[in-house]
Amino acid sequence: MPALQANSMTAALTPTEQVILNMGPQHPSTHGVLRLELTLEGEVIVGCQPVIGYLHRGIEKIAENRTYPQFLPYTDRLDYLSSASNNLAYVQAVEKLMGLEVPERAQYLRVILLELNRIASHLVFVATFANDLAATTVFLYGFREREPIEDLFELWTGARLTQSWIRIGGVAGDLPEGFEEKARQFCRLLPQRLEEYDRLLAGNRIFRVRTERIGILPPEVGIDYGCSGPTLRGSGVPFDLRRAEPYEVYGRLDFAIATEPTCDCMGRYRVRMEEMRQSVRIIEQCLDLMPQGEVLAKLPRAIRPPEGEAYGRVESPRGEFGCYVVSDGSAQPVRVRLRAPSFYNLAALPRMVQGWKIGDVVAVLGSIDIVLGEIDR
Amino acid sequence: MTAIAAPHTGIYHAVLGWWQGHGLPVWIFDAIWMALMAAIVTAFILLTVLILVWLERKISGDIQSRVGPNRTGGRFGLLQTVADALKLLMKEDLIPRGADRLVFIIAPFLVFVPVLLVFMIIPFSDRWVVKDLNLGVLFVVAVSAFPVIGLFMAGWASNNKYAILGAMRAAAQTLSYEIPLVLAMVCVVVAAGSLRVGEIVAAQRGGHWFVLRFPLQIAFLLYFITAMAEVNRVPFDLPEAESELVAGYHVEYSGMRFALFFLAEFAHLFFVSAFCVTLFLGAWQGPWLSPVLWFLIKTYAVMLVIMWVRWTVPRLRIDQIMGFAWKLLIPVGLAAVLLTGMMNVL
Repeated sequence: MPALQANSMTAALTPTEQVILNMGPQHPSTHGVLRLELTLEGEVIVGCQPVIGYLHRGIEKIAENRTYPQFLPYTDRLDYLSSASNNLAYVQAVEKLMGLEVPERAQYLRVILLELNRIASHLVFVATFANDLAATTVFLYGFREREPIEDLFELWTGARLTQSWIRIGGVAGDLPEGFEEKARQFCRLLPQRLEEYDRLLAGNRIFRVRTERIGILPPEVGIDYGCSGPTLRGSGVPFDLRRAEPYEVYGRLDFAIATEPTCDCMGRYRVRMEEMRQSVRIIEQCLDLMPQGEVLAKLPRAIRPPEGEAYGRVESPRGEFGCYVVSDGSAQPVRVRLRAPSFYNLAALPRMVQGWKIGDVVAVLGSIDIVLGEIDR
Repeated sequence: MTAIAAPHTGIYHAVLGWWQGHGLPVWIFDAIWMALMAAIVTAFILLTVLILVWLERKISGDIQSRVGPNRTGGRFGLLQTVADALKLLMKEDLIPRGADRLVFIIAPFLVFVPVLLVFMIIPFSDRWVVKDLNLGVLFVVAVSAFPVIGLFMAGWASNNKYAILGAMRAAAQTLSYEIPLVLAMVCVVVAAGSLRVGEIVAAQRGGHWFVLRFPLQIAFLLYFITAMAEVNRVPFDLPEAESELVAGYHVEYSGMRFALFFLAEFAHLFFVSAFCVTLFLGAWQGPWLSPVLWFLIKTYAVMLVIMWVRWTVPRLRIDQIMGFAWKLLIPVGLAAVLLTGMMNVL
């Protein structure tokens, strides 16, 4: 086979060089200020090294110099797409330390806030994921759908993004006039719209070949890396803190945990789409079941939790968001440690993109839906 | 509008007579005449590009349920593109430090000029054509393969990794899609029995558009798909791939040099649509309205579809794009040529 030999000869004689490509921190698809050091052979990824820290604000350290209520607004700025789950993880830890009982109505209100946050966050995921794959139109659709949620937040809490509405001992205020009606209207509308977007994306062959069997995360690898949330459920592991360790009133509500066995980008996309539908169900149930009553527990004037330590964990839209608080009995925590799900999910990225192409890096990174605010803290 | 008069028209002969009356050589007159025609065509194309950019933004706005430009130039933002062009003109002329200056400067022209050149053979009406070459289709194939050299030079000269990746993609993609594009054109040439654009148009006289003749629908689809790849539009916008390569080969370009790439892209879009109309949709022929109007209506219709596709679908990956060309389009193209030939014989 002389022709073949000639081919391999030329291949051997043509030296190829690995190229290191810096993707980010200023890049349209790194979702903030992530830097990926890609080692390329042509278009193929042979190495991928995430570099983080561009958004580091020292939030954990700041906590040591703030009183317990003062630190709450800082947690909004961690995962800024779903500030309520950050609030709750912190508040849970403090409430555990203090042994506080939260009024039932407040628990329902918290769940409503959390689930609205989850939908808003997942809509941003659908938008940016589609944008990464150049379906620019879906990007705008996603943000348009998110707008009514932000309006609801504004109506209720006065803020659209950083609500700080979950407080130690309950929530800051009850639902305003007209909120329930608008929320129900939104819950009716969203599933239809989701159907439409699902057809536009998952019904498109190009979208399918770009996401199916791309960025495989085997379940055991995901567990080893500490992945959680839709990233892990997209690999078929039905781990969801709302079920595994129910907090607030999740134990009483009827909803399904979405999982997909495919382990690929498409699986993670489908999980999030299904979670939005489930969230709608949760919100509707909460609006139906919610009792009347107080929304904030009786609190001492100064919050000084007794000496000890506590860990609050919440299923945020990205996975397990944890907050570990150590108290020495004073008005300020001794140590606050935050467990950001994106951090662990991002750690698995190099495994997922190895051997794939540049275009796939963008797709995989989009599918694990990181927020740099909570990674860099 | 344009006044692209063919050399055989009355004005040409009248002015030529006056010229010769002064004892001046004809070739100088021809050169001036050609330059004038070129200027008119260029002006017309630039105007069209202005309209196209505005149209694209309006259409994308419509598809994405937003308004699009609505401030500059009245309620419909008609002057938005003019304002953008002025802004680009006034930008600082920036050449990156590590760049190959000469190549960097000439690359945009190498992309832009061929795109203008091919308009020479487009028949806007029965008389409005700059030159109806007897190898018109071949001319198109030859000249429209040229810009890829400019793209590659731009990517190479920029001394930027993203740019070189974009340039590699551009080269690979354009070369691959050239083949099915040519095959689609060959089908038309076989059906019309001529490489002259005028005769291809004449063969579609009386509503017998080529797109309606049996095996040529395949060629039409082939042409349409490859044309989208040739103008680097989603789903084939790999060389620019904003979310992957930031901007691809023109990532380092700014100001007027960037505007040249941009102009070339939209001029190319206009060309592939116009040529699509010429080859498959009966060119300027149609009832009641004037031929030029018919030609423009059809061309804009084709462009609208291309824009519609762009704002609806995601982007493919580079290997999928190449696989699509080599594994599907080229075999289909060969089959289409064979089929067209057989139908011609029968």
